[in-house]
Amino acid sequence: MARLTINGEVREVDVDPETPLLWVIREQVGLTGTKFGCGIAQCGACTVHIDGVATRSCAMPVSAVTAEQKITTIEGLSPDGSHPLQKAWAALDVPQCGYCQSGMIMAAAGLLQQNPSPTDEDINTEITNICRCGTYNRVRAAIKLAADGGATQNG
Amino acid sequence: MTTAHAPSRPGQSQPAESPPALSRRGFLVSSAAMGGLSLGFHLPFLASAEAATPGATPAAAAPEVNAWVVVRPDETVVIRVARSEMGQGTLTGLAQLVAEELECDWAKVTTEYPTPGQNLARDRVWGSFSTGGSRGIRDSHDYVRKGGAVAREMLVAAAAAEWKVPASECAVSKGVITHGPSGRSTTYGKVATAAAGMQPPAEVRLKDPKDWTIVGKPLPRLDTADKLNGKQVYGTDLKLPGMLNAAVRACPTFGGKLVNFDAAAVAGMRGVHKVVRVDDTAVAVVAETWWQAKTALDALPVTWDDGPNKALSSASIAETLAAGLDAEEAFVGASAGDARKALAGAAKTVSAVYGFPYQNHATMEPMNATALWTELRCEVWVPTQNGEASLAAAAEAAGLPVQSCEVYKLHLGGGFGRRGNFQDYVRQAVNIAKQVPGRPVKLIWSREEDMLHGAYHPVTQCKLTGGLDAEGKLTALHMRISGQSILAAVRPEGMQNGKDPAVFQGLNISGPEGHIGYAVENLLIDHAMRNPPIPPGFWRGVNLNQNAIYLECFMDELAHAAGMDPLAFRRRMMANHPKHLAVLDQVAQGIGWDRPAPAGVHRGIAQIMGFGSYVAAAAEVSVTDGKLKIHRIVASTDPGHAVNPAQIERQVEGSFVYGLSACLYGECTVKDGRMEQTNFDSYEVLRMAEMPAVETILIPSGGFWGGVGEPTIAVAAPAVLNALFAATGKRIRTLPLKNHDLA
Ligand code: FES
Ligand code: FES
Repeated sequence: MARLTINGEVREVDVDPETPLLWVIREQVGLTGTKFGCGIAQCGACTVHIDGVATRSCAMPVSAVTAEQKITTIEGLSPDGSHPLQKAWAALDVPQCGYCQSGMIMAAAGLLQQNPSPTDEDINTEITNICRCGTYNRVRAAIKLAADGGATQNG
Repeated sequence: MTTAHAPSRPGQSQPAESPPALSRRGFLVSSAAMGGLSLGFHLPFLASAEAATPGATPAAAAPEVNAWVVVRPDETVVIRVARSEMGQGTLTGLAQLVAEELECDWAKVTTEYPTPGQNLARDRVWGSFSTGGSRGIRDSHDYVRKGGAVAREMLVAAAAAEWKVPASECAVSKGVITHGPSGRSTTYGKVATAAAGMQPPAEVRLKDPKDWTIVGKPLPRLDTADKLNGKQVYGTDLKLPGMLNAAVRACPTFGGKLVNFDAAAVAGMRGVHKVVRVDDTAVAVVAETWWQAKTALDALPVTWDDGPNKALSSASIAETLAAGLDAEEAFVGASAGDARKALAGAAKTVSAVYGFPYQNHATMEPMNATALWTELRCEVWVPTQNGEASLAAAAEAAGLPVQSCEVYKLHLGGGFGRRGNFQDYVRQAVNIAKQVPGRPVKLIWSREEDMLHGAYHPVTQCKLTGGLDAEGKLTALHMRISGQSILAAVRPEGMQNGKDPAVFQGLNISGPEGHIGYAVENLLIDHAMRNPPIPPGFWRGVNLNQNAIYLECFMDELAHAAGMDPLAFRRRMMANHPKHLAVLDQVAQGIGWDRPAPAGVHRGIAQIMGFGSYVAAAAEVSVTDGKLKIHRIVASTDPGHAVNPAQIERQVEGSFVYGLSACLYGECTVKDGRMEQTNFDSYEVLRMAEMPAVETILIPSGGFWGGVGEPTIAVAAPAVLNALFAATGKRIRTLPLKNHDLA
């Protein structure tokens, strides 16, 4: 049994304690916006926030998270897609296949939370998610747009 | 705008607690309910949509004007798209083509996939479902535009009939039909039902490209919104009532077999439902959740028979290929004059051997499929590049007539060629589902399974010999390719008397698909086929990838040997190839070829034609302490008609990521008959920090339809490798770069 606070809701899940948080979120809680890409903390498709910090959930056992910690998934980033990053993403039409994009957006949101105006170097260091479709340049542009507050006008 | 094919919503229906059988109600909607021309249209995703959102109105419960167009009473226009969306934007591009001729309001357009089963039942009214080879638009632009035009004529005819006026007196704009003389007007939504009963016109005239208002415009994609909030449902996300989950493991050695496994050892593990033999080569665990299935599979004792390839290694494969470089026998792809004789008499000859390794597609979404099997019927939900191939594979594995099977296409988390010809995951899913009849089973491959059981970009080596005359002009060129044929393995019907014509992609003397842009008096390009027992596949860009590296890096070597500027050396041979030349000139201009590069920065250039388009790239790189930095790339594309310039830009940028990933890191090596790379830690790919700025120049010259999803990949590596030579004086002839010391 594990107690988790996900997107503001407390959820009781009956799972083995070593089950990765990713699979609890996807299979027990039923929120499938968080993706499986590698399972070894390499690609970032599974990125969620734990107390505001971007975290790769595929390599974290559910037992490592307490009920007091706030987990945010892409579904909970904003109630209506109005997070500045979501707006910037829409304004620049960033996604291609889209599979990596939940993780990209969550990683970017984690970055902006800690560093509201990241430089190119900051983005390079912090956004290490893999996108096989190759959206990197637009991801970078969208992060900058959101950081500038430009998305509010454009989105 | 939303897309109409969302099979379920996140957060609903817990797999383990739901009833075990799916309701069949509503799977087939009678023609009475559909009205008009519809012949029992099989609603895409109704089954799952219904399961997930009880009482939801099916997307297509409105009159179908024709196979391509449904207009709902609220004026929403549903455009049916047969090709698969995998990120390349074809959903938007194809909808633009239909909407252009339909003269509907683009703001009201939404899209929907017809099912492969319905395509069969309706005499393939939607044509091919195959999505690959950058063919989505270039193969179907004609009939999808006609589909839109026919629907428009029927809608106008219905309004005219209602008003009892000649259709020729009616005009239409943005879905509003007006009769000029009387001033009456109506909308598509109001006449759609009547239109469905109209006789389709025998012939329609398509608009002149200069009159396009939707095609050729950089419109935003139709499928973005749900990708920003987690709502987009991919194959791995599917939820069906009563669904079980499966994890699979196939013999990791190519050609090996499954001997046996000890199901009892994991039978008591939490959630485990059943351990099943999938086929001769694979075993799967079926459990309540995928994580439980995977955990039990990891614990399952399995005995493999490694089979005949246990001794196979990258070194042994390279040896086999190397022997082909000088072999007597080879298939001739391109020839002019007498290359061997001219080489023998050349003032100067240059020779080099290149090689390109195995690559995995590594789509971000691992292979997966969900199947529901009963003795009477089999249904499969799958992200596929070829719904019809999925259907055929499902029917065969199900042991049922194809009419008793159906495939529902889901959005792909990347395809790149892996999800087209190869339907191994569909076959596996059905074989598993057969052993739990009546319950849907979702099979997801682990990344490790995905890496070990790819349809790999084939391996080739290439020996190039060029002859220069006293003025440094290339008088003779022999390109001997040795290595693997994709067609021989996966599409033998495409072979020509034992020759694989696709091996020569971009190197043919002529042809609309891709021909060489240089006039060389004495030319011989031939192929010694050597097929190692590793399954090859179409990998985004296919054979153009390595052919462009071989040809364009060697052109650089020849220019160097001739003591000429690489651009000038090429231009001299391109007078008769103005389109190749135009893209090359564009990137030269864009990068500032005629001006010195910034201090420490060096440039390289490359061009090729493939997938019906002309592409070129120029790169600026620097090397510091053996570390390569790619600063900037200028790319140019002439695709003939550009349906959506904004999407083409994205495809060009994405192509550099794919091409540079292979150039810098990509390599699957073979040891003991199996691949050594198992995940992104050993199969590295390009990430944000290494991504250069990309400037895309689009010069659509009109008059033809070229693909845009793949050709640019081919010029990424040669542009960078040539720049790398300029920077270091090192010729890198085997990839990836990570294996080379650049210091
Ligand atoms: S799935 Fe977690 S990092 Fe790849
Ligand atoms: S958008 Fe497809 S993997 Fe990133």
